[in-house]
Amino acid sequence: MSMRNPLAKVRGLGSAKEGVHHWWAQRLTAVALVPLSLWFIYSLVAVTGAEYAIVITWLGQPINAVLTLLFLFSLYYHAALGVQVVIEDYIDSEWQKIACLILVKFLVWLAGLSAAIAVLKIYLGK
Amino acid sequence: MEQVKRPLSPHLQIYKPQLTSILSITHRATGVFLSLGSLFLTSWLVGLATSEEAFTSLQQYGSAWYGKIILVGFVFSFYFHLGNGIRHLFWDVGLGLEISTTYKSGYAVIAFSIILTVVTVVMGGVL
Repeated sequence: MSMRNPLAKVRGLGSAKEGVHHWWAQRLTAVALVPLSLWFIYSLVAVTGAEYAIVITWLGQPINAVLTLLFLFSLYYHAALGVQVVIEDYIDSEWQKIACLILVKFLVWLAGLSAAIAVLKIYLGK
Repeated sequence: MEQVKRPLSPHLQIYKPQLTSILSITHRATGVFLSLGSLFLTSWLVGLATSEEAFTSLQQYGSAWYGKIILVGFVFSFYFHLGNGIRHLFWDVGLGLEISTTYKSGYAVIAFSIILTVVTVVMGGVL
């Protein structure tokens, strides 16, 4: 006989109370990043190089701006989830762990939003 | 609360390093390194959005010798994390979990990341 509450069993959220959301989000962003990151690296290397004017023109194309934004969103989301697990695994002290987790969350939002605004500024400036 | 003296599992240092364990920790290390790299990507984009002067001065760091070393490190980490990440996705759906297959896929990931790093670095004119 199971000692588990039937409602808890149906919800399937486990002891962490959030179910498999973290795991699932990490996998989905990973799958999205396979084509997006390859496309981004290929674009940098083969299409744009490092010339200012060429990169600006390239980011002025709607398709490139949209795919870059999708790439950045998946990248920062995936990075935040991954770094979170590394911190949870290796930092023993509870207050240091929480401080690091909060710092990473703030940093990811700061960097991600800055990158997105930069892309939008270049795109809309065209 | 009183501490209970429970037996500990053996420490990491006494295990013999194996391809599987080395690739596992390298996946984490490259992931953390690439997360740091995403901050460089942000500054590159912000420089691009600021002005041509800001962009050019940022590019100078990328063409300095230390910049090139870090750049090659990011390229290798990217391909390794990508290849090994796909290996993990196969495991997630229950494929390739036999010991012999994990070794084959492990060597494939190493070959994949080295070859594509060389191709990208040469094509991108990094070196």
